[in-house]
Order: sequence, then C-alpha cells, then structure tokens
Amino acid sequence: MLRTDSLDKSFTLHLRNGLRIPVLHDVNLAVHAGECVALTGPSGAGKTTLLRSLYGNYRADAGHIWLRHDGAMIDIAAAPPRTVVQVRAATLGYVSQFLRVVPRVPALDIVADAARGLAPDVARARAEELLLRLNIPRRLHALPPATFSGGEQQRINLARGFIGRHPVLLLDEPTASLDAENRDIVIAMIRAAKAEKIAIVGIFHDTTVRDAVADRTHDVTPLQDAA
Amino acid sequence: MSEDTLLSASRLTLRFGAVPALVEVDAELWPGEVLAVVGESGSGKTTLLNVLSGRLRPQSGVVWYRDPEGRLHDVHAMPLPALRALHRSDWGFVHQNPRENLRLGVTAGGNVGERLMAQGSRHYGRIREEAIGWLRQVEIDADRVDDLPRTFSGGMLQRLQIARTLVTHPRLVFMDEPTGGLDVSVQARLLDLIRSLVSRLGIAAVLVTHDLAVARLLAHRIMVMQRGRVVEAGLTDQVLDDPRHEYTQLLVSSVLQA
Repeated sequence: MLRTDSLDKSFTLHLRNGLRIPVLHDVNLAVHAGECVALTGPSGAGKTTLLRSLYGNYRADAGHIWLRHDGAMIDIAAAPPRTVVQVRAATLGYVSQFLRVVPRVPALDIVADAARGLAPDVARARAEELLLRLNIPRRLHALPPATFSGGEQQRINLARGFIGRHPVLLLDEPTASLDAENRDIVIAMIRAAKAEKIAIVGIFHDTTVRDAVADRTHDVTPLQDAA
Repeated sequence: MSEDTLLSASRLTLRFGAVPALVEVDAELWPGEVLAVVGESGSGKTTLLNVLSGRLRPQSGVVWYRDPEGRLHDVHAMPLPALRALHRSDWGFVHQNPRENLRLGVTAGGNVGERLMAQGSRHYGRIREEAIGWLRQVEIDADRVDDLPRTFSGGMLQRLQIARTLVTHPRLVFMDEPTGGLDVSVQARLLDLIRSLVSRLGIAAVLVTHDLAVARLLAHRIMVMQRGRVVEAGLTDQVLDDPRHEYTQLLVSSVLQA
C-alpha cells in the first residue's frame, strides 16, 4: 500500500544563517494492507518528520513515497498539490496530536465533515456513533471543541481520522492524552481497522498500545547534526 | 475534479512607477479550489487579485478564464460589457470594506435582490423570498430584510456583502481580506460561514489575506508573495509547516501563538 524509496529529509533554517539539519536519510519502509507498523526511536530521531513526510505535509528532499491511490501507484514526494489533496480525500488519513479546526464548528460536524462518500445524515449518524464509542457524551456533540480537555480533543481527532476509513492511516501518538479505558477503546478501533485491510503507520510511545496493535517496528535512527 | 483550469494567469507584470507590484507572476485555479495569496502589505497580493479579476490591467502577461461551456476568454481583452456581465453572473468579489460593494441607500433585501434582478429575475415575490433565504444563510435575522445597511454592524455588513455576492451562485469568488478589521468573535463566525458555503456550493476562490491562520483554515493551496514576486507556492499545510523560502520562514515564525 505504501513504500518509501531512499527517502531523505532535512531542514534548512534561513533565519539561522542557513543552518541545515538533516533528519531522515535513506529511509526504506514498506507497509501492506491490514498491517500496522510502529515507528520507534528516541525522541527527536525524526519519527514525526517521517510520518508528516508520508502525509505530504513535509516535502522530501530526495527519494520517493509510493502510495496506492485509485488503482495506481502515486509518488507523494513528487505529486502536484492538487493530487495530494485528492489522495488525502480518498486514500490517506492522518490523526495528528493536536486538533486544528475552524472555531465555532460543533464537534459532531467536525467529525461528520471528514466522512467519505456518505450522505450527510448517514455521516452524522456515523459520527455520533464514533463519538459515543470514544466516550464523548452526547451533550458535548453540539459544542465546538475549543473548550474541551486535551483527552477529549484527541478523541475528536481520532473520530475524525477513523470515520473516513481511508485505506492508509497515519497515527501520531493517538493515545498520548488518554486514560486506560479510552486507550483500550482506541486499541480495539485500530485492530478493527486492520481487520478491514487498512494499512497503518503509527508512533506509539505507550508500549502497551504498541504491543497490542503493531505487527512490526521500524526503527528511526537519529542522524548526526551537520553544521 | 476537472482537469481544466478555471483561471490561468501567466507572467503577469505591473509596476507602479519604480515599485514592482507584480513580477512575472503565474497562477492557476481549478474548479472548487480555494487559493490563498499571502504576504505583507505592499507585497502585491491585492494588485494580483485586481489583475486576475480584470479590475486592473497588467503591463504584460495574460489571464485566461474558462466559461461553463469550456470557452477560454482573455480577461483583459474582453469588451467591457462582457467583463461586467461576468462580474454580475459567474464571478463575485468580496471587498475588505463591505461599503465598497453594498448600496447603503438600499435595504438589506434590496442589496441581495439587486444582483438577481441584474441577472434578469423579475418576479418580486420570488426575489424577496430568495433574498430572505440568503440573509438567513449568513445568519442575519429575516426581520432585518427591510432595514438599511447603515444600521448594521461591521460584521453584519460583511455577511450581507457575502449574501449579495453568492446569491447568483458564482463559480469563482475573489476575496480581499474578508475577515480583516473585524472582531475576532465575528471573524470566527465568518470563517465558518465562508468555509461551509464554499465547500457546499463547490465555489472556487482566490483569497487574499495577511493572516496565515485564515489561509490554513480555508485554502487548499497557498502562494506567498514578497515585493511583487511569488517566492513560494504549494499545498497550504506544506508551505506553512515546512516553509523553504527565507521570507516564508520569517512570516511563519513571526506569528503569535494564541
């Protein structure tokens, strides 16, 4: 479903006299349908950078990110912006650590808007079901999540990521702010997604979660900072 | 999504005396897509909007618009009446200052209905009904339909301008700082409104803003301008999260985190 080919990524900080920070070098990762790969490595090694590159959020310097989209393999690293928008709509889902949404939009609408190919009323029903499953009580559904707790916002984000049933799903610390009960619910959701043949790449610091969902790990090794 | 561009501009150049407002600017827009143009004051972003919409003529370069029948029009070579007709039907323009677009001596309902009449609608009852429907969509109470805009607050005026612009179902809307100069609470409401209307109606938009957060929430793609040049362009979240050009890095790092 997803394969990287000698992926390189560095950051050049022009405001620091052009300081160049290499983060990823020669990354080769392959993920198949129904498989969950956990990215491992120390903090700062570049796990989130890799995940964001896979999503097209960060631009790769060299190498390819091949993704099966609409029956063909597409290179996210070389695709024009419009194609990336289409790939994200149809194929590639992402659950980030932080919720970033238009203010004033109710939680239920945020989740329902992320559904793919469902009639509006079906999408709303599905969104409600997901939110309830993630222990977001009905009285919160009509409220914008700006005032929600960190754990509640993360669960809104999870509902938004899972409702699309994208064939490839990227998860950045999906259980970081959750208690044990909600963590177990998320584990069950990830397992159900795998059973639906969804390919998953994730960062899970919580070893309980990692052991429960990951088929294997991919180690991201820190590169030496170059001046 | 169609493969044909709705609007396509190449090598637009315009100088005001010694000041380069646009230098060899290329831009493309596809149906249903929102493109944000960001940069500081004087970067040329509003000039670009005016040139793209035919309100200002470039010294060189061309802007092509594809009509619903697939015919291409050179925006700056069109006869003036044809360009005006385009602005009344297929296109809309939302100004930073709503007073530039609204008729202050005409009621709120009249302001919305006037665009319909300009398109040939004649049935008064139906025009009024549609005007009220649009006021409701932009969250203005139906009982304000006969009030004059001068009794409206700044945020209401902006929403009235949006209703007036969208009532004819344009395919392409040009927006110049639509949330500029408004209280933040009103701004949030307007952002939500623009976002939902644009996605529900499948409208394409060119949005000029100096507010990167507004660009992030509304736009698929972004162009960063500095001194009349496009220094960086691409997917909105890519440019804002992984900026490559020195100027974009400066813009992104200068934003206050609320």
